[in-house]
Amino acid sequence: MRWAASLPLSGRIGLALVVFWLLVAIAGPMIAPYPVGRFVDQEVFSPLTGQFWLGSDYLGRDVLSRLIWGARYTVMLAAGAAALAVLAGTSVALFAAIRGGWIDEFISRAMDTLISIPSKIFSLVLVAAFGSSLPLLLLIAALIYIPGNYRIARALAVNLAEMDFVAVARARGEGALHIAWREILPNMIHPLLADMGLRFVFVVLLLSGLSFLGLGVQPPYADLGSLVRENISGLAQGSSAILSPALAIASLTVGANLLIDALKPGGGH
Amino acid sequence: MTDPARPAVEVSGLCISVELPGGSSRPIVEDISFAIPKGEVLALIGESGSGKTTIALAMMGYSRFGGHISADCIRVGDMRIDQMDAAGLRRLRGSRVAYIAQSAAAAFNPSRTIIAQVIEPLTVHGLASPAAARQRAIDLFRELALPWPETIGDRYPHQVSGGQLQRLMAAMALITGPELVILDEPTTALDVTTQVEVLNVFKSALAKSGATAIYVSHDLAVVAQMADRIVVLKDGRIAEQGEAAAVLHQPQSDYAKTLLAASQPVERAAGPSRADSVLSVEAVHAGYGRIREGRAAMPVIADVSFELGKGQSLGVIGESGSGKSTLARVIAGLLPASAGTVRLGGETLAAGLAERSKEQLRRVQIVFQNADTALNPAQTVFDTLARPLAFYHGITGAAASDRVARLLETIQLDPALARRRTAELSGGQKQRVNLARALAAEPDVLLCDEVTSALDTVVGAAILELIDGLRRDLGIATVFISHDLSMVRAFCDEMLVLYAGQAVEMCAKEAFPGSAHHPYTDLLVASVPELDSAWLASRGGQPGPAMPEAQVTGELCRFLPRCPLVITGTCDRLPPPLITAPGQRVLCHRHGKAEPSDQEHLVTGASR
Ligand SMILES: Nc1ncnc2c1ncn2[C@@H]1O[C@H](COP(=O)(O)OP(=O)(O)OP(=O)(O)O)[C@@H](O)[C@H]1O
Ligand code: SF4
Ligand SMILES: [Mg+2]
Repeated sequence: MRWAASLPLSGRIGLALVVFWLLVAIAGPMIAPYPVGRFVDQEVFSPLTGQFWLGSDYLGRDVLSRLIWGARYTVMLAAGAAALAVLAGTSVALFAAIRGGWIDEFISRAMDTLISIPSKIFSLVLVAAFGSSLPLLLLIAALIYIPGNYRIARALAVNLAEMDFVAVARARGEGALHIAWREILPNMIHPLLADMGLRFVFVVLLLSGLSFLGLGVQPPYADLGSLVRENISGLAQGSSAILSPALAIASLTVGANLLIDALKPGGGH
Repeated sequence: MTDPARPAVEVSGLCISVELPGGSSRPIVEDISFAIPKGEVLALIGESGSGKTTIALAMMGYSRFGGHISADCIRVGDMRIDQMDAAGLRRLRGSRVAYIAQSAAAAFNPSRTIIAQVIEPLTVHGLASPAAARQRAIDLFRELALPWPETIGDRYPHQVSGGQLQRLMAAMALITGPELVILDEPTTALDVTTQVEVLNVFKSALAKSGATAIYVSHDLAVVAQMADRIVVLKDGRIAEQGEAAAVLHQPQSDYAKTLLAASQPVERAAGPSRADSVLSVEAVHAGYGRIREGRAAMPVIADVSFELGKGQSLGVIGESGSGKSTLARVIAGLLPASAGTVRLGGETLAAGLAERSKEQLRRVQIVFQNADTALNPAQTVFDTLARPLAFYHGITGAAASDRVARLLETIQLDPALARRRTAELSGGQKQRVNLARALAAEPDVLLCDEVTSALDTVVGAAILELIDGLRRDLGIATVFISHDLSMVRAFCDEMLVLYAGQAVEMCAKEAFPGSAHHPYTDLLVASVPELDSAWLASRGGQPGPAMPEAQVTGELCRFLPRCPLVITGTCDRLPPPLITAPGQRVLCHRHGKAEPSDQEHLVTGASR
């Protein structure tokens, strides 16, 4: 808590938003007032009422319940994909940095090739080829953000691998695994966490975009992006069914961004 | 208007404090008062953190880390620095008060020519036309004994040597004819041989310009050459001040006495004579880049050999870039030699790390120069020391805690520090932990790469003392790498002098005084400043380099371009012979010849 208090105001706002959405994602199903797919309202696009706090959607379902479930899919998919991307990207980066030479060269060029493919188009192609399922979406999102994380992790690791304490460990006879895991990685944790936060935001936007195009999470499940899409007809009347998931996406990504910015060295003081 | 008896610079009751996060404030320097008569040089000496630079910067009304300056009076000439506003201070900086920093490389913009930057203080303050400023700069270059004064200014900063750049920065400082010049450790980053040249020209240029100066340094011997008055600082307060000679020869305060003692290491008795050899290095060649046919793409070390017995110490000395660290890396296996062998107690060591056994690796330990980068900042002291214990000796758990505590005791650190992260230690503490990690392996050979160069004199002397005691008690053979000749002479049984990767001389301690040396060794000996203030003046007429900036490759003597005793027709045609005498090996054409006077030799050489 002392740590939270040491953040600047923007960082504290970001932290509050992120924690809020995490809680919603984790505890959501327990607090959701109605089952996610049930038609509970006679009207469609009804406004905010005591019964339906956020109104109802285009089929007369409770928006609050669907939002809670949607946030769960979005947050969990994005967090999973970001964690996977960082895990894979950093492992490969450590391997490349410690081996060096042509191995490093080869992996780095391969990653450059991946990074040069536009991510939206790449994911569209993959979804078109393999269809859309939750595990596949997770893998695609992770795959797309591996090269970006790899670049950052490799730059960090190459600098650290040049340090004298790594030379000392090598002269002691330590293996590559010890050097990567015990000597180099602990010094990369902070920037890597910040990078993971950034990847998380990217994945949220990517998944929302895919879902909006109808290629992401498929009905009856819905993430925040699908909620926006399915209620698009309510846009003209300013329905809460479309505004609230849009606001949710915005507050989640802005919150994560604010938090990451505050965590950057120098930003926290 | 000005009273001739009034000092040119006067400071009284100077306090500088920084604000702490809690709203309270902590003083960095307190109650500093001194006065400098016109044209004199005042030295501020003390260890790092004692507030030297802080005080020097306050003379320009500047304080680092947002510190708050308060003083009864800070006066330079007729300017009251303590009463000036920001605009006034800006006008004064670089014109009437000038600052020369430790690293000239950081002070110059690499993408502009030197002269454009040197004349900038004049043109920015509108004090001279560009043409006049240029002429003034060229005059200064000449005064500062720079080569090619007419054209050197048209070069870029990376195209001149470190010593030259330092002098060019002095030109930038002196060009406006300032009343006060502040020199902040201006020679600390230079090699001894370069330092002498730079000190010499600084001294004469200051005398000529008539400026008053403040000279910040931690090196007493350097200060002895430059200063008229000395202020000794300790923890932000004045420990002692007075005339230079008085402070240097009859120090009153305890701290000044300690500082003096630390700067003159006492010679130790030699270690056991010719014990069984532990480490032997034979005809080693090494360099960087790909190795082809026994030659590295960028060769650094050529044909270096030595032998070291149990409990003995060898000092490796040479200027920056001579290959000292490279040699240590070759012995440790971090850099495979391109040719030659390294033997450890009879076993031949493989060139690379991968082919050496764990036991061989354990027996050779290296301690790096810079403890800041040699310790992993993410680990605690305990992690750092426990790892070699577990790795080499399989000691874990309670036994490891015991051993770590004992190690900390050996290196005279509080065992409670074990839980600290290494990033949270002071420089001296870090260097001790760095050393303890090597000791944890229980090595037979300890390679110490400039272990004290980043430390204050007093702290460094304590560490050397510690290593010296350990090698005597535990019989560890040590290789001391250093650029400090007096330290090597005090602590080492043998000395290896490297010049551009060549081992130009190898000399035992007993043989050092009285025997003839390699011309480069002589130059090094002559370049070590002495506490005597007449030293700089007395060695003024040293012969300069014969062919500055030339590079010798191949088999010829690499010292040739700088050698004052070169034998033309011999030195530039034949590789130098290795002359062996009892306790000495010298790589030079001049050596061992029946000592004709130098003049004669020069004449015969020239007449050929
Ligand atoms: N990794 C490297 N790649 C290429 N050249 C290098 C490398 N490290 C050092 N060198 C070069 O090798 C030469 C010797 O360097 P070395 O570090 O051994 O000098 P040194 O005597 O230890 O100097 P110092 O007193 O400054 O520590 C220098 O010319 C240096 O530029
Ligand atoms: S060999 Fe010749 S050039 Fe080299 S140091 Fe000896 S005298 Fe000087
Ligand atoms: Mg070195």
